[in-house]
Amino acid sequence: MAIIEQLTKDFLRTKKLPHIWCPGCGNGIVTAALVRAIERADYEQRDVVIVSGIGCSSRAAGYLNFNTLHTTHGRALAFATGLKMARPELILFVIMGDGDCSAIGGNHFIHSARRNIDLNAIVVNNHIYGMTGGQHSPLTPGGKKATTAPRGTLERAFNLLDLARGAGATFGARGNAAQPRQLEQLIARAANHKGFSVVEALSPCPIAYGRRNKLGGAVDMLKDMKENSISMERASRKEQSELEGKTITGVIFAEDIPEYAAEYYNSIGKSIPVRNDG
Amino acid sequence: MPETKPVLMQGNEACAEGAISAGVRFYAGYPITPSTEVAEKMAARLPDIGGVFIQMEDEIASMAAVIGASIGGMRTLTATSGPGFSLKQENIGYAIMAEIPCVIVNVQRMGPSTGVPTAPSQGDVMQARWGTHGDHPVIVFSPASVYETYYLTIAAVNLSQKLRQPVILLLDEVVGHMREKVTIPKDSKLMVEKASDNVPADWKPYDDKGLAPLVPFGFGHYYHVTGLFHDQYGFPTGDPPQVERSLDRIHEKLLKYRDEVVLTNYIGHKEPRVVIITYGCTVRSARAVVKKAYWNNRMPVGLLSLQTLWPFPDKEVREVARKADVIIVPEMNMGQIVGEVERHVKDEAEVVPLNRYDGEMISPDQISELMGRWLS
Repeated sequence: MAIIEQLTKDFLRTKKLPHIWCPGCGNGIVTAALVRAIERADYEQRDVVIVSGIGCSSRAAGYLNFNTLHTTHGRALAFATGLKMARPELILFVIMGDGDCSAIGGNHFIHSARRNIDLNAIVVNNHIYGMTGGQHSPLTPGGKKATTAPRGTLERAFNLLDLARGAGATFGARGNAAQPRQLEQLIARAANHKGFSVVEALSPCPIAYGRRNKLGGAVDMLKDMKENSISMERASRKEQSELEGKTITGVIFAEDIPEYAAEYYNSIGKSIPVRNDG
Repeated sequence: MPETKPVLMQGNEACAEGAISAGVRFYAGYPITPSTEVAEKMAARLPDIGGVFIQMEDEIASMAAVIGASIGGMRTLTATSGPGFSLKQENIGYAIMAEIPCVIVNVQRMGPSTGVPTAPSQGDVMQARWGTHGDHPVIVFSPASVYETYYLTIAAVNLSQKLRQPVILLLDEVVGHMREKVTIPKDSKLMVEKASDNVPADWKPYDDKGLAPLVPFGFGHYYHVTGLFHDQYGFPTGDPPQVERSLDRIHEKLLKYRDEVVLTNYIGHKEPRVVIITYGCTVRSARAVVKKAYWNNRMPVGLLSLQTLWPFPDKEVREVARKADVIIVPEMNMGQIVGEVERHVKDEAEVVPLNRYDGEMISPDQISELMGRWLS
């Protein structure tokens, strides 16, 4: 308990609360997992930067007590790339929603992955555009309803981590708001990884997504999320047919490949300032 | 005085050299003719001086990366041409709103759309003014020579830093690709102090009282940067008085430093009957006309060249209008700055546009033929 109190004091801008999110939204859980992951990694507060795009989850930046950069829709990774190249010693977490990251920001997402630049993308996937009231995104599962797909979307959804891996990302993990401790560990591991890391954080949006698709309230959605997920470790022992309808969580892939900012600075013979963190 | 030596240089190269002289150490861009030489020069030079060059995936990302690097404390520049300039507009608005310094170079080509790649044009004057949405202040320079490109780039970088305001350099294909002699101070010490966290304890990133320096990220000042209307600490607000105050403040900083921002040059007769007002490469044709008519033949003519297009040099234009009977405004577009000239001249003088939009320069003959009507 003492740790939690300390966290809210240092890393949350408590004067900016209450937040703008709807009752039952998972954004608060994901934000809390991020804060605990930063605490766990023992970074100095001044070395951490939170960058975000536009959408519900991107408002998290305003509640976090670091240098925070709330950018334009879809462009968070491009802003972050410039900042990381200018100040490679800083640790950047980039919070994006599913539409923000994979639709309007899709180009920056694949190219950040291709460069393998050391950014930690936290993609809060609630399968819907929440702030604008429930339009379908590239991560809305096929057949699900949205205000712009009243009969169910005919489009196929991206598998975000397949996309990231195919584009060259070197760390990919999936967690969810129903299992916040695991999510926290995954974010901490992503931060520790040198290279482009993606953490897909599944999160319930009972108001704009759940209600329209008859998925119940926030508690039902969290329960389903938990029941339908299976860890990478357990999934590896199962047959493909047994994994039908399951969402695999945990570290999906991780590989060691030279990181872009470090390679660039090395190539010009310039040293990167050393941080003193744990 | 530092040792100087004249060199033959292209406008785009002079832009890159000027940027480096002014301390720019970060460039993000995307290839587009006729601006690509700026990127190529930066790619060659920046690694040698500890700078960062990055070719981004598109124009939007280039603009975003430049803003990100500025927040990290670097001096930054990006270059493009018409189509790319259109794509950059949203993030230019962000930089204006969040008051992040940066320099955007647009080497204009004939539009609209892909247009005539890459015939010269001066068609982006109004886009430079109003390209991004909402009421916003802008600073736009338009050099007429390689020499002016070098020095206006330096001025752009420094003003951008001082006012925490993006500055747009509107080159055109002629100036960008023309080669001319430039005299560059050797080992120039134009570099300005490094960004630091050396600010008073009561520092606010968006101080209502006026210009606050930008403290880069990573120095322990935990402020917020956003494109939303914000309070003095950067946090979102929709409070009507605060919204109005913020919008006034970002406009007022340009008014306050107006005389540093607005640059013009007058040559010719002290009591002119006909004055040419123009900018960019068209100044070259106009200067040839005035040289012949005034310097050789002592005719009552003059030329007001505008290095600054926005904020519009209203005082300077009114001053020549009080003396002249006729003002000719040649532009390589269908008439963009002429409307602004008319707005400020009112009935003081007759304003006559001279437009060319076939992808060719306005010739001295075209200008002198028109001017002749009032001088016979």
